[in-house]
Formats: sequence, structure tokens, C-alpha cells
Amino acid sequence: MPDLGKYATEVLLAYGVSIGLLVVIVALSMRRARKVRAQLDQVEARKGPRK
Amino acid sequence: MSIWEYANPKKFIATTTPWVPVLLWGSIAILVVGLVWGFFFTPDDFRQGSTVKIFYVHVPSALMAINAWFMMLVASLIWLIRRHHVSALAARAAAPIGVVMTLIALFTGAVWGQPMWGTWWAWDPRLTSFLILFLFYLGYIALWEAIEDPDTAADLTSVLCIVGSVFAVLSRYAVNFWNQGLHQPASLSLDKEENVADVFWYPALVCIAGFVLLFIALVLMRTATEIRARRIRALEARMRS
Repeated sequence: MPDLGKYATEVLLAYGVSIGLLVVIVALSMRRARKVRAQLDQVEARKGPRK
Repeated sequence: MSIWEYANPKKFIATTTPWVPVLLWGSIAILVVGLVWGFFFTPDDFRQGSTVKIFYVHVPSALMAINAWFMMLVASLIWLIRRHHVSALAARAAAPIGVVMTLIALFTGAVWGQPMWGTWWAWDPRLTSFLILFLFYLGYIALWEAIEDPDTAADLTSVLCIVGSVFAVLSRYAVNFWNQGLHQPASLSLDKEENVADVFWYPALVCIAGFVLLFIALVLMRTATEIRARRIRALEARMRS
């Protein structure tokens, strides 16, 4: 861990919140992608094969 | 081969799906390298001390906040001119990522500003235009959610995007236009004399590459999701009738 001196709180807060927000947007995007894909499979199965 | 072939939703999904995991994990790896490099292996600035390390999250996120809006502007114009649904959905898909980038830029800017300027916030031209850009992002997302007919929603959000572009430009150039306020002019420049020192520049470049690739990966993933969600609505409507 580098010596951040008197600004340790600010630097750690900036990195923590930024990484946290990036993780949230990636996780939400992946979760919605999986959910919508499963929903589409269900709807297409209900609709039956294409004529 | 024409770029307009990708306006076909099926073609878009078939082409982009294999690339999304590559881009996503690649961008995360690059981001980890850039942030570790910037955080652990760069010196403090002689004036700003260790707060200079905030640079590696603040600058790339601010850059992406503005450029995400420009990507949305291009996609919106394509929708208005050529009526390709994929471009309207790509603009919609990019907005939440833009919100996150803007939020990171605003937050890290405030956290950096407090020890350097003595205040979390000032109604400085650049900061204010960035805040307005953030509000435009929220308004853009709200407008998509508020209108049921997707084509009408795409039309109105495209117009909003064009209007909001003024603030995206101001976010970037406000410092040059007004030459006042607390925020310094751009730290990055192609002119070696004006650019930050190489010891800060190289890790910043890696972080910027990571942010750009992450944005591309997320836009592709979220656009495919929007296309699928639209297909679900169309199929359900067809089954009901």
C-alpha cells in the first residue's frame, strides 16, 4: 500500500466509489441481459415453431 | 460490405455476441493494470500530493461521460435520418453507462476539489455544464421510460439528445470558452509541452483504453438486450391479437 499521507481518505474514497459504480453497472447489465434472454426463450417456446 | 447491414437486429446480435465477453474481460484486465499502475506505482505530485492518483479515475470517466453522449448523438441522428431501430436502441443502451461515467467524474472531481480548491463544489462553467449534462442523462432515460410507443420515444429522446449535446460540448470546452472558474484546462494534450508528465500519462492512457473498451462492451451487450426486449414485446403483442 502506498503512503497516501493526509489525503488517504480522499484517494481511497474516489477509487472505492468509482470501482463500486463500475461493478454495479457491469453486474446490472449482465443480469438484465441474462433475464431478457431467458424471457425471450420462454416467449418463443410458447409461440411455437415458425411457419 | 456496408455498415448498414448491422442495422439488421439479427445480424447485429450474431456479429456482436461473440465479441462481448472478449471486450468485457479484456477491458476489465486493462482497467486493473491501469488502476494498479496508477495507484501503486506512480509518484505523488509535488503540489497535489497523493490526490493526483484520483486523475486515473476522474479523467477517463469524464472523457467517457462526454463521448458517450456524442455516441448517443450519432446514433440518434442515424435514427432520425434513416429510421434504423438498432441505432435508437444503441443510444438508449448507452445512456445508463453515461450516467455512471458522469457520476464518477462528478464525485471524484468533488473529492479531489475539496483538498485542492478548499470546496467540494463551485458553480464554475465546467462543473456546472457537467452537472447539467448529468441531468440531461437522467431526463433522457426518464423520457424513454415514460413513453409507451417505442418509435415516438426514440424520436423525442433523439431531439433531447441533440439539445443536450450543447452541454456535452460545454463540458469539454467551457474552460476554453470562458477562461474562468476553478477547473484547470485539459490535462491531456497531443502537444508534449502541455501534456502531463509521462510518468502520469502512460498509466492514464491504459486507464482510458480500459474505460473505452468497457463502454463499448457494455453498449454492445445492452443494445442486444434492448433488441431482445423489443422482440419480446412484439411477440407478446402478436400472440395477444
